[in-house]
Amino acid sequence: MSKNSTTYWKTNLKYLGILLCIWFIVSFVFGILLAETLNQFQIGGFPLGFWFAHQGSIYSFVILIFVYVYLMNKLDKKFDVDEI
Amino acid sequence: MSAQTWTYLLVGVTFFIYIIIAIISRAGSTKEFYVAGGGVNPIANGMATAADWMSAASFLSMAGLIAFMGYSGGQYLMGWTGGYVLLALLLAPYLRKFGKFTVPDFIGERYYSKNARLVALICALFISFTYVVGQMKGVGVAFARFLNVPFDTGVLIGIGIVFFYAVLGGMKGITYTQVAQFCVLIFAFTVPAIFISLQMTGNPIPQLGFGSKGTDGVYLLEKLNQISMDLGFDAYTSINKENLINMFFITAALMFGTAGLPHVIVRFFTVPRVKDARISAGWALLFIAILYTTAPAVAVFARTNLINTLSETQYSDVPGWFTNWEKTGLLSFEDKNEDGKIQYVADTTLNELTVDRDIIVLANPEIANLPPWVIGLVVAGGLAAALSTAAGLLLVISTSISHDLLKNYLRPNISEKGELYAARVAIAVAVVAAGLAGMNPPGFVAQVVALAFGLAASSFFPAIILGIFDKRMNREGAISGMITGIVFTASYILHFKPQLGGSGLPEDFWWGISPEGIGTLGMFINFIVAISISRFTAPPPLEVLELTERIRTPRGSENPDAIPH
Repeated sequence: MSKNSTTYWKTNLKYLGILLCIWFIVSFVFGILLAETLNQFQIGGFPLGFWFAHQGSIYSFVILIFVYVYLMNKLDKKFDVDEI
Repeated sequence: MSAQTWTYLLVGVTFFIYIIIAIISRAGSTKEFYVAGGGVNPIANGMATAADWMSAASFLSMAGLIAFMGYSGGQYLMGWTGGYVLLALLLAPYLRKFGKFTVPDFIGERYYSKNARLVALICALFISFTYVVGQMKGVGVAFARFLNVPFDTGVLIGIGIVFFYAVLGGMKGITYTQVAQFCVLIFAFTVPAIFISLQMTGNPIPQLGFGSKGTDGVYLLEKLNQISMDLGFDAYTSINKENLINMFFITAALMFGTAGLPHVIVRFFTVPRVKDARISAGWALLFIAILYTTAPAVAVFARTNLINTLSETQYSDVPGWFTNWEKTGLLSFEDKNEDGKIQYVADTTLNELTVDRDIIVLANPEIANLPPWVIGLVVAGGLAAALSTAAGLLLVISTSISHDLLKNYLRPNISEKGELYAARVAIAVAVVAAGLAGMNPPGFVAQVVALAFGLAASSFFPAIILGIFDKRMNREGAISGMITGIVFTASYILHFKPQLGGSGLPEDFWWGISPEGIGTLGMFINFIVAISISRFTAPPPLEVLELTERIRTPRGSENPDAIPH
């Protein structure tokens, strides 16, 4: 394995790690484990924990994928492994 | 025009469109039949994936389920969307680069073993078949209730339509009909929600509406919490603390299961490039999110409307829709204290109203007094959801048989033409078999559909992830992991599901985890077994290491076989 492709793969894993942490926090932590605590706060008419479980986590998932696509397309170009 | 006429008209028009599309996009080769030629535009693929994904259950049952569960219903919302993040980040791009047709293809080649392929093939067939029978049943129910045809005739009409476009067009025909079906179902789901949101809160966006103030100036959710508690129910947004661990496990099982379902994964083989596979997962989730963020709003509107309209109402004054649904047996009233009024309360000894949660979406337009064409639209949408999911699943079944079993296991020398012919015969047989099973479903089918996720999470997901991210993973590790994972999960389910003849009681659940959530634990067991065993057995051969290396970078996806190996 060349040094270049090792760096490419490591950067990819770093992106995955960060994005999947956010994925875990918005759903399992905010939506489930801390929902009780967050429900003491309100956004509009929503208790916050309830909002994460029914709305916020889903919006975050969509954003996460588009951020990933953006980061990876840039990374592919930088390491010259992108497709024509 | 009456709701009945509108229903006939809208269902007729949408079916006509599906058939026209099927005729235009006939498949001429196995590549077109299995993966639509690999040339589908990523946005179109996103819509097709969304339609494939959102079944009759998402469209018809989910909002009703949430309306009666409140906060805990979030497990379905998060569970059935969060898996797409895993798909986009961990699976889709690598499997697209691998560039074959099926999940067993990947398992078989990555683990250099025909037995691994066979294990994967059996898992794929089992998961897809149980799932598709439920869809056929959904088609039958929708037809029976709205077009006044017998249930079996409803299923037959469904079989006819799917048969026509799946056999003719394969993946190509299915993909483009799914695009049309997505448009129909999303329109049908959001239009009534927008009307009702406007009526109840003055805000046309349902996602914001259910967090807004009602016409009386009180926040809708606050009001719903209050009226629920007055009747003895839990507050709608309150959190059930004893259930949190179980909710965690169910959410995770649904997410990991989504990412391991063969009919979802195969959609990412249909786009031209790795780049397209990534973005296509994003589009798919965006389109799915439109329905999944509207559903909890529909749930709140429906629950509030239901209580406001019926609680303490004189039975002689109930609206017309109540009487209509009473005839179907899905709504019933028993005047226990003989005061002539409907008491709808949490205490089961005093409660007089029984509501089947499945009618919430279907009855919602009537409850909110929407025009009759909206009712027809909802029926057409429900049918689109059921048909598109059924078609996607049937294709996986036929591909498994003609490609994985026949071409790669039994008769490797079969010609391209012979394989295409076999694929068509296989899908025809699968459509008819699923239809017959749907007409006369084994009692446990509905139960098994939800459990298919646990089985997918505990078998495919770890095997694919390790195949991509762990170079040291070998045949012995992957096969033993898949088998322990699925056997553990299936045994727990069989033991604790009385509907499947299990003898276990809910008190004995391990850490309170119900059978729906056990796939998460099965998945961890799979990971641990696979990793331990692989470290004590021979590493994979060199050409497999090269394959793992190759799928990690996008370049060369157009022609995966061009690189020497």
